[in-house]
Amino acid sequence: MKKLWRYLPALPALMLSGCTVDLLQPRGPVAVMNRDVMVAEFVIMMLVVVPTCVATLYFAWKYRASNKEAEYLPNWDHSTAIEYVIWGVPAILIAFLGGISWWSTHAYDPYRPLQTDDNVKPLNVQVVSLDWKWLFIYPDLGIATINQLDVPTNTPLDFQITSDSVMTSFFIPRLGSMIYAMPGQQTQLHLIASAPGDYLGEASQFSGRGFSDMKFRTLAMDPAQFNDWVEKVKSGSENLDDTTYPKYAAPQEAAPVQYFAHVQPDLFDGIVAKYNNGMVVDKTTGKVMHMQSVLNAAPSDTGMKE
Amino acid sequence: MLGKLSFSAIPLDVPILVGTFLGVAVIGLAVLGAVTYYGKWGYLWREWLTTVDHKRLAVMYIILAIVMLFRGFADAIMMRTQLALAYNGNPGYLPPHHYDQVFSAHGTIMIFFMAMAFMTGLMNLVVPLQIGARDVAFPFLNSLSFYMTLVGALLINISLFIGEFAQCGWLVYPPLSEMQFSPGVGVDYYIWAVQIAGVGTLLTGVNFFTTIVKMRAPGMGWMQMPVFTWTAFCTTVLIMASFPVLTVTLALLSLDRYLGMHFFTNDAGGNVMLYVSMIWTWGHPEVYILVLPAFGVFSEVTATFSKKPLFGYNTMVYATCSIMVLSFVVWVHHFFTMGAGANVNTFFGIMTMIIAVPTGVKIYNWLFTMYKGRVEFTAPMYWTLGFMITFSIGGMTGVMLAMPAADWILHNSLFLIAHFHNVIIGGVYFGYIAGMGFWFPKAFGFKLNEAWGKRAFWCWFVGFYLAFVPLYILGLEGMTRRMNHYDNPDWYPWMLVAEAGAIVIACGIVCQLTQLYVSIRDRNLPENLDLTGDPWNGRTLEWSISSPPPAYNFAVIPDIHGLDTFHTEKQLGLKAHGKPLAPIHMPKNTSAGVFIGLFSFIFGFASVWYIWWLAAIGLIGIVATMILRSANRDVDYYVPVSEIEHNEEVYSRRIAAAQAAE
Repeated sequence: MKKLWRYLPALPALMLSGCTVDLLQPRGPVAVMNRDVMVAEFVIMMLVVVPTCVATLYFAWKYRASNKEAEYLPNWDHSTAIEYVIWGVPAILIAFLGGISWWSTHAYDPYRPLQTDDNVKPLNVQVVSLDWKWLFIYPDLGIATINQLDVPTNTPLDFQITSDSVMTSFFIPRLGSMIYAMPGQQTQLHLIASAPGDYLGEASQFSGRGFSDMKFRTLAMDPAQFNDWVEKVKSGSENLDDTTYPKYAAPQEAAPVQYFAHVQPDLFDGIVAKYNNGMVVDKTTGKVMHMQSVLNAAPSDTGMKE
Repeated sequence: MLGKLSFSAIPLDVPILVGTFLGVAVIGLAVLGAVTYYGKWGYLWREWLTTVDHKRLAVMYIILAIVMLFRGFADAIMMRTQLALAYNGNPGYLPPHHYDQVFSAHGTIMIFFMAMAFMTGLMNLVVPLQIGARDVAFPFLNSLSFYMTLVGALLINISLFIGEFAQCGWLVYPPLSEMQFSPGVGVDYYIWAVQIAGVGTLLTGVNFFTTIVKMRAPGMGWMQMPVFTWTAFCTTVLIMASFPVLTVTLALLSLDRYLGMHFFTNDAGGNVMLYVSMIWTWGHPEVYILVLPAFGVFSEVTATFSKKPLFGYNTMVYATCSIMVLSFVVWVHHFFTMGAGANVNTFFGIMTMIIAVPTGVKIYNWLFTMYKGRVEFTAPMYWTLGFMITFSIGGMTGVMLAMPAADWILHNSLFLIAHFHNVIIGGVYFGYIAGMGFWFPKAFGFKLNEAWGKRAFWCWFVGFYLAFVPLYILGLEGMTRRMNHYDNPDWYPWMLVAEAGAIVIACGIVCQLTQLYVSIRDRNLPENLDLTGDPWNGRTLEWSISSPPPAYNFAVIPDIHGLDTFHTEKQLGLKAHGKPLAPIHMPKNTSAGVFIGLFSFIFGFASVWYIWWLAAIGLIGIVATMILRSANRDVDYYVPVSEIEHNEEVYSRRIAAAQAAE
């Protein structure tokens, strides 16, 4: 059954082009759910839409003015039975879809932490959207990257997302749900990559001039490989801290991939706090903290200056 | 002295814009020259520009809408061409600075100045006639509304040649639209164009609401109102409830931009999502403001051309009203990906899906109106059938997007773009064009050419699917909206197909222009003339009077005894009225609307460019004109009985001529 779900809807599109249809070929449990819900809806709705379209054409043809054979009831305009059906059937359908909606929205709320069967420890990733690139901070590993997100497979990924520019949206189509990145706010997203691969990551909310190139590669690899990669990044020399950050955060189009061997631990909080008079809510304790970062010293009220 | 304005604001370095300017200038000069050559300035001023006649305002609204359709479509085909070229390292021909303006202008123009103007035009033409009224409740306000819409349209188009337009999408989301990220005048053009036009729309809402509530012919209760009037009524309620929200939202954004406040800025307590939430509190009802009157058109067209009363009138009314109410509790579905809690998302998701129920009911009502009827395949009926199929598909993808779990991957993708074009082209646009074909003879006294109308339909219908089915697929392939270039080889072929679709739609527009030309050329052929005022064997009151109707519409206000009274009386062979004629009280034309419009334009333009002395002149001009207008007591006149008798006699002779011809 699962196999059927997977291939049935993809078939026409695949036949036409033979290309990757990201949303129909998920690589993670969240994306599988997104796809299944979408496809289920499509199939259920088609049960109504197809007969309706057919009936439209059939009635129009059958009762065409030139067809004097067809019955003509010039004053017929009401039928309680039909009205029950046309209100009732859509209502039942929507009640059913509403049930799916309730279940899927709660069960896969992007804020809800995910677990693997073998209780793998989640990987924390702090995502900062910049003009026009993505900064990924691995707080537990002390490293960071720009425009490349490396993740181990079958490991819960806990994303904490903010923006240090305009609002945009963090989206890896083949892993599933997207969430907005907003300045001064921290949003959360939980995903798992279930197979190794090189997946497209993108900003899906228009963010200005360099938006079209605000893409990143998501490289999912098995945990051993991932550890090798972490070591490789750590062996580099670039540091990301209060002094170097402004340089990397400056607007840039089609920014190249960059690795940072060392990241100042509270950088992410500092970026969030910058827009909140130096205050930030700690994710783990839920307490409001005051940040002492040089980021806060930067004049934030540049509103009227060009 | 001139604020931010200088010669460098004129984009002489962009050949596309220089070419467009020359084109517009040549056409404009040709029109002005023709008016001068034929000595029609006086006629134009007295009979059209200063008119308060709802029928003439309707024509002007629809002309504006058609002109804006060209502009909006030019933007559309430019975007499609850009994306058909800008693949794999090719930057295309539109750099981001230009491309971002194009997609922002496309959405703004199509919604505010094409669809809204078209909708208001149809309401103007039809509503007073359907309820047996001689004009709207506030005829001067109606003229003012038109000029406000026109000024908005002018401002947005001037931005092509002086300065720039917004580069942050048709709803100018902050913080991108704040001074920090958009220091140019583009967003200011957007703000003032939409604000001024928004005032016009709000006044239209008040005007038509009052007209429908207070000015129905005697005997026409709520449940005897024609369906189009019902949908117009619900639309006016939505306008009155939602447009003030838009005005406030944009006012707050302008406070941020002009006075350095912090409603939606990144810092100092500003909140971006406040703007997003507010703009969609207006934005979602707006969709129904546009589509409900289109539903009204389909109801009239289907009933008339199936030669049967509308199936389930009561159901239709209840469905329309429930859509009206529900449209206010679904706006969060535009940002399910904000990170709201599961309960919030579920609530708004389910409310959105619930709207599909009354909407689905409407489709079935039209379906059963055809059932056991005698369906005549006129061009309006083609558009209606095309609508029923296209809109069913668009509704289905809408329900898909209403599911938060699916929206989390479809949000902001080309799938979404395909969905709302599916309902706005397939629902709104098809509806308005059906309505235009249906009521054209009423406005002008001759029919539109059928053959060219059907050709236009086929081009639009086929072109729509060619242009937007690829976008559904691209959405599933993970392509987001508003991209300027890309290098994914999987996307490229679909972009070419979509480009082909846009070209087929362009052919549809050419067919529509040809249709207008051919219809005007052949207007005096006997088969095109509408002598009786009732070319389609219609059901509602607008068909009981001559085409075009006299300024006062009804020589005698009809008595209403039920739904479709006019049709019933025709069936029974009753003469519509036998009441004695009396002088008719009518509003005089006024130039106040033109002048307030002119001063609003000065005010808007000056505000965009920070030319404050000029803005003050504009503002003073608006207020002074208002005061002068209020002080003027000479605003009405009586149509003498002799003139009414004369008109009635001419009409009777035309009917007799038509009967003799049969």
